Amino acid sequence: MTPRQTETLYRVCWTVVLLLLAVPFVFPFLWMISGGFKSTTEIFGTPTLIPRVWRFENFVEVFTYQPFARQYFNSLYIAGTVTVLTLLIASLAGYALARIRFAGAGLLMLFLVMALMVPEEVTIIPNFFLIKTLGLIDTHWPLILLPVFGPQGVMATFLMRQFFLALPKELEEAGKMDGLSRLGVWWKIALPMSRPALAAVAIITFLHSWNLFLEPLIFLSSLEKFTLPLALSNFNDSYGLPLWNLQLAATSLAVVPILIIYLIAQRQIIESFALSGVKG
Amino acid sequence: MADMAPRKTTARPSGAPWLSLKYREMLEAWLFVSPTFIGFLIFFLGPLVAIVYFSTTEWNLLSQQSTFIGLRNFENALLENPDFWHVVRNSVVFALGLVPLNMALALALALALSRPFRGVVFFRTIFFAPVITSAIAWAIVWKFLLQGEGGAVNQMLAWIGIDGPNWLRQPNWAMAAVIVTRVIKMVGLNMILYIAALQSIPRDYEEAATLEGASRRQIFRMITWPLLAPTTLVIMVLTTIGSFKVFDHIYQMTGGGPENGTLVLAFYIYQQGFKFFNVGYASALALIMFVIVMALTLVQVMLRRREME
Repeated sequence: MTPRQTETLYRVCWTVVLLLLAVPFVFPFLWMISGGFKSTTEIFGTPTLIPRVWRFENFVEVFTYQPFARQYFNSLYIAGTVTVLTLLIASLAGYALARIRFAGAGLLMLFLVMALMVPEEVTIIPNFFLIKTLGLIDTHWPLILLPVFGPQGVMATFLMRQFFLALPKELEEAGKMDGLSRLGVWWKIALPMSRPALAAVAIITFLHSWNLFLEPLIFLSSLEKFTLPLALSNFNDSYGLPLWNLQLAATSLAVVPILIIYLIAQRQIIESFALSGVKG
Repeated sequence: MADMAPRKTTARPSGAPWLSLKYREMLEAWLFVSPTFIGFLIFFLGPLVAIVYFSTTEWNLLSQQSTFIGLRNFENALLENPDFWHVVRNSVVFALGLVPLNMALALALALALSRPFRGVVFFRTIFFAPVITSAIAWAIVWKFLLQGEGGAVNQMLAWIGIDGPNWLRQPNWAMAAVIVTRVIKMVGLNMILYIAALQSIPRDYEEAATLEGASRRQIFRMITWPLLAPTTLVIMVLTTIGSFKVFDHIYQMTGGGPENGTLVLAFYIYQQGFKFFNVGYASALALIMFVIVMALTLVQVMLRRREME
């Protein structure tokens, strides 16, 4: 064989290996969608990837079994709110930590590192009582407050600080000369220049909130307040056994739009996660 | 500025700052970080202090009574309750299974996908897709696929003549299933971190080594692997911590079962605190988890320091 042929063979082999490896990454999505179209009898029969009978009613029943539209909307607006608040608060703090040398900054950073590393499970019990004392059980407040101020918010702060540190100062100094206050410099000069970082933080924060599960599980009890992950895990019959076809149909409805966005913006999304590198 | 200080503020000439620059800067800085800082106090530091207190009480939510019992909760966990060590064992097994598998696969994928070739984006996109997917959705689908009878996985195994077990109904198989599906879900993240690290290694090193006649394997062992060491360390600690806090995945796939075979620490805390309402005991568990995570973090910091020297 010529070296060129060897190279081609080598490449083909690798591609085949990668394709085989890709199976457990892709198949779950395909089975999820196909299961969503099956009837109950077919679900329990011999599994086939393509449904023998396409049962579109599943996607209607999803909405009558639970207030699924409302739950979908809850997830959307909560994730949106969390994202906007996180962007504001994290970029403010990140800006100060990057640009101003002030007493206590070192200690604050140390504290924040600690808050970044410690999982939510550690503080969830006292936070539950805090939220209870505030009378906010079975509301969406804890699902907004805890992520904004929890590890996720801290990570956003560090990402913003990192970005501001790498940003040239000259423009901001010029802004100060022109009489802008510190807040003005942040809002009018630093923020517009940090669009890439803001986008990365927004992507990670939104997805984190969208997929959040422990907090909704603990704080929510009424169906119309549920968020998507909680709603998905709730498609069970009266014995607690999953109603597979409905559950898979609902899961498809929750997952596929995110996947489509991901396929369109995969580069930007993957880079955002690479930047953070902190999500376990 | 100095001669102005003793004067009364009312005599301050207009336009002069009412605080010295240094203090004004400090005030501004603290105003900027105040939302983060106040949130940190309320939702992190306060709760952290609170679990220390809670952990010394016997507090049953149903009876609404809290009594001080000193270190009894810790004694109970560490010495008396067999569940605790069972849970620790499960968590360690989970970590020991997940971390090496995740890291080895992540590195292998990164090595295969760090250079541009036709289809590289396609593969990266596929291997990363589960990372952005909700853990609950992922667990739902895998639970569906791993059913004993009529599960797609067992059907595929049957094609090659293997009679698959009822995965989620037998403790050891359930643990294996939870580990592997979790690895598939999260490996993309570590893969991306490894790809970034690999791409930052200058190509000259490898070219020079090739000219010297080094084989691919030698290049990896002598050049790539040592240069990846800092990344490997970070990934190792983060993945280990991540494995200790896995909750939603297990909640949905096995619910800690069967026979507590997948009952790990994070799930045990939830179960004790929010199912059985043993607030004191659950707080002691949370504190133990805190110590474990802090210890892992410290190890990382220390190792990194040593490396810098």
